[in-house]
Amino acid sequence: MTATTTLRHGAVELALHGLKDGDGRPLLLLHGLGERSPSSLPDSYAAWPGPVHALDFTGHGESTIPKGGGYTAELLMGDADAALAELGTVTIVGRGLGAYVALLIAGGRPDQVRGAILCDGPGLAGGGSTPASPHVVAVAAGATAPPDPWALAELTRDPRPPDYAGAFLRQAVMWSDLDEPVLVCAVGRPGWLEAVLAEPGVRTAPLPDALARFAVA
Amino acid sequence: MPDDEAVTYPGARRPDRTRTVSASGVDIAVYEWGDESSRPLLLAHGGFDFAGTFDVFAPLLAAGGWRVVSWDHRGHGDSEHAALYSWDADIRDAVAVFDSVTREAVPVVGHSKGGALMLQLADAAPHRLRALVNIDGMPSPRPHPDVASHERTKLMRDEIGGWLDFRRGSAGAERKPGTIDDLARRRSRMNPRLSHEWLRYLVTVGARHDDDGWRWKIDPKLRMGGFGPWRNAWSIERLAGLGVPMLGMLGLVPEQMGWGTVPDELEPYLPPGGRVVPFEDTGHFVHIERPAEVAALVLEFLS
Repeated sequence: MTATTTLRHGAVELALHGLKDGDGRPLLLLHGLGERSPSSLPDSYAAWPGPVHALDFTGHGESTIPKGGGYTAELLMGDADAALAELGTVTIVGRGLGAYVALLIAGGRPDQVRGAILCDGPGLAGGGSTPASPHVVAVAAGATAPPDPWALAELTRDPRPPDYAGAFLRQAVMWSDLDEPVLVCAVGRPGWLEAVLAEPGVRTAPLPDALARFAVA
Repeated sequence: MPDDEAVTYPGARRPDRTRTVSASGVDIAVYEWGDESSRPLLLAHGGFDFAGTFDVFAPLLAAGGWRVVSWDHRGHGDSEHAALYSWDADIRDAVAVFDSVTREAVPVVGHSKGGALMLQLADAAPHRLRALVNIDGMPSPRPHPDVASHERTKLMRDEIGGWLDFRRGSAGAERKPGTIDDLARRRSRMNPRLSHEWLRYLVTVGARHDDDGWRWKIDPKLRMGGFGPWRNAWSIERLAGLGVPMLGMLGLVPEQMGWGTVPDELEPYLPPGGRVVPFEDTGHFVHIERPAEVAALVLEFLS
């Protein structure tokens, strides 16, 4: 059976968990806000022909909990990119916050993400389309167990403008070999996801269909 | 010139007191000029700068009767290199420094990013500010240049790809060592209008002397520029809602580290009583190019 690998992203150590061996393109699972990687392979991914890995984001699961917060979705895109550096070309499934990060990395590394599947989960909406009234957030000091309360506080307030999300989708579509590099299985429709679905090159699909589509793409 | 020589600069004075504040566990280096019993005035530096860049300006304000307090942002100067950096984290670190001085409202002066941070703090915690001086830290409300959508998507891809490549290489990265003159010359790319003598002085404050040469202290994981969801219009709209006296200054000569904002475009966003003083023949570092004039304006404004 596969094991956990430690990756470096800046000053942070990230845990990349192997959930299943296999031949072919890896499937990379990105969890939602406040979650952690599953400890065993969820049934939904049992049919994926290649290996399945799951990444703990910064401040989550077995990854480093840094001091003093400072989270952004873009930083987590860098976390996902550290997994790409380890695994090569992948297909990604993201839940909630992980779905937004999956979109970002699909646009940021269109040649290394061969299909991104965006699913419901915690942290899907973030802070909405425009900034909320600014507020100096405070969290209880001394948290030692994941998830990092700064992650929960900051990644529920980050603005996710629809046109910004749309730009990442366009990047994915423009430079991916796939006609439809992003499939949406989420039912939720925060503004950023509405905007993504309004672009050409993206459509909704149930998770099994989306996985089956990218397994042969 | 020998490298172990103490470098001085006319009018520059290191702080009278230094201390450390813990901002949610991140050590922030704090500096003070002037009598400790005087009224406090907070100074916020810009991105890729450090509090030592106020070594000429701050003593002028202290001489005007203020206890001038500044700090190095996380990852800058002598403050701790953090694992994560964000605008909101910088604001929280600032509040920790404010808390270490007083819980009362204080006047603040911010340059560049420091000015924009203080503009946000004035919106988030208006009870902490008594007056705001913003030195070339008011972003232009102009939208992106009018380029075709396809071209913009390509520019964004290059920018994001470059950022991701940088992040991949950032673990264990170190700044390049050199002599005082080497580092001064390197910094002149960011500060083309500032004298070599001043930049040499800054090296001895903002860099450390290792066995193999001088290195800027700033965290090598920090990268200039970048991208993100934030729009300048969101920042500048805050200006209009400012509830404390406001004085802005703009250097009119565009340069790389500045935001290219011109007075006319700020006019619709000025709060009641707010004003912007333009400086001809001056770049982004207005308080470094013309410290005496800027200090005099600040002292008059706060009097």
